[in-house]
Amino acid sequence: MNIQGIKAIYFHEMDRMRRTIFQSILSPLISTSLYFVVFGAAIGSRISEVSGVNYGSFIVPGMIMLTLLTQSISNSSFGIYFPKFTGTIYEILAAPLSSFEIILGFVGAAATKSLIIGLIIIGTAGFFVDLYIMHPFIMLFLLVLTSITFSLFGFIIGYWADNFEKLQLIPILIISPLVFLGGSFYSIDMLPEFWQKVSLLNPVLYLVSGFRWSFYEISDVSIYVSLITIFSILIICIAIIIFSFSKGYKIKN
Amino acid sequence: MENFISIQNLSKIYSNKFTALDKIDLNIKKGEIFALLGPNGAGKTTLINIICGIVTPTSGNVLVNEFNIIDDYRKTRSLIGIVPQELTLEAFETVFNNVNYSRGLYGKKPNNKYIESLLKELSLWDKKNNKLRELSGGMKRRVLIAKALSHEPQILFLDEPTASVDVELRIDMWKIIKKLKSNGVTIILTTHYIEEAEEIADRVGIINNGKIILIDQKDKLIKKLGKKKLIIHLESKINKIPNSLMKYKIEIDDSKNKLTFFYDKINNNTSITTLLQKIREENIVIKDINTEESSLEEIFVNIVKGSNDEYSRY
Repeated sequence: MNIQGIKAIYFHEMDRMRRTIFQSILSPLISTSLYFVVFGAAIGSRISEVSGVNYGSFIVPGMIMLTLLTQSISNSSFGIYFPKFTGTIYEILAAPLSSFEIILGFVGAAATKSLIIGLIIIGTAGFFVDLYIMHPFIMLFLLVLTSITFSLFGFIIGYWADNFEKLQLIPILIISPLVFLGGSFYSIDMLPEFWQKVSLLNPVLYLVSGFRWSFYEISDVSIYVSLITIFSILIICIAIIIFSFSKGYKIKN
Repeated sequence: MENFISIQNLSKIYSNKFTALDKIDLNIKKGEIFALLGPNGAGKTTLINIICGIVTPTSGNVLVNEFNIIDDYRKTRSLIGIVPQELTLEAFETVFNNVNYSRGLYGKKPNNKYIESLLKELSLWDKKNNKLRELSGGMKRRVLIAKALSHEPQILFLDEPTASVDVELRIDMWKIIKKLKSNGVTIILTTHYIEEAEEIADRVGIINNGKIILIDQKDKLIKKLGKKKLIIHLESKINKIPNSLMKYKIEIDDSKNKLTFFYDKINNNTSITTLLQKIREENIVIKDINTEESSLEEIFVNIVKGSNDEYSRY
């Protein structure tokens, strides 16, 4: 295994985060703080509690999940797309690296960045609301698992995209609506019965629900169903990547 | 010399059905400089990219140091460094970090001393902390060479290394390439500049329409296919070539005061003396004489033209 090669890609990508610290860390931090102000303070003051939890605290897991998903996808898709765009992908393809090692470097870095941002948001949330985590290890496990899964998903988008428009297409048209309609800011119990059933078709709901359970032991669906959903998405992403790389799709042909 | 790279029956058909390489056979010997010449779209870059692992071949076999580039890709790629045609560099990284990054990709542990000596050799040391976007085109080209050499490869592919660089830098590049050869590095370069191949290559291959149409030692190629011209400048114009000179391969130019005699330089009996004698006997006064040798460029153009004519028949 080319450990040095994996480290090279990983630290190269992490270095990009250091170089763009404002965009990478401050931007999601400011957005999250704004969510707290708007949803927590302004709207939240009119909603007393959801499932026995203060509304401000209730939205924390959803907000973390929202940021985690968008950041994982954006970091990872940009990470692999950028060398394709600049042409520097040639040295990665010419290096003695397996597909697995390349993915490990890029996805590992993207997931780490998302994790750092997720943990910063948890810390920031503590300034705005009373925060308690009933299952910290499960919370951390879900945080890591979701970061990896959606970094893989982002990698697929970046690998597939051949222009900046395509890079943004899926995150804007699919991911953002799914995240906002996935119970980040509400419980599906608050919706009419028809929309509750429609919401169950949204995979993001299962992620948010599972993550919220690790905080407050309240959820829209069982934690096991949430875990199965995340693992299913992870397996699908891995399968797509293995298939794409084995064919050298879009890059080597 | 043993074959370091062995290419057998290699073909590449891209997904848009374009045949970039058509059953190529080629052997590269250890320690030589091999120049691959060919017009745009001939298949030069595709060939390099396949050997380096950047492009997947459709069929055929490539061995590097007797290892297969697909099955033993780690072993083969570790031996190879590649300098691409385009100046593809990340804009915001520093020279030192970027060269170190390339070394890491090839599985080598950081070696600041080696990178320092490499950058010094390529006159990049004083730019080590500069961001890549701050460098001139020539400096960027040097950084690409440093990156390609960062993992101490035994084979270096240079895809049009002196494209769009000034004459001074081109000569500098040639010096670098010659030095690498003296260090035992096998060099394969593609080029449009025939004088580049003429200056530095040991062997020359000509590729056109995805096929290798000729491979030979550079000197042999020039000798084999090269012709010499004796240009005779006349004091005054003549209307036509006198009958006594008609048996020689001689032409008169439009200005009517210049005769060109073509001869084969490997032939000991060039007939130059008798030709000059005959001219004198015709009372034609010679003002000046000079000779010109066919360049590799002329040879290349003739071969490619011949190959295209043959290709167009199918």
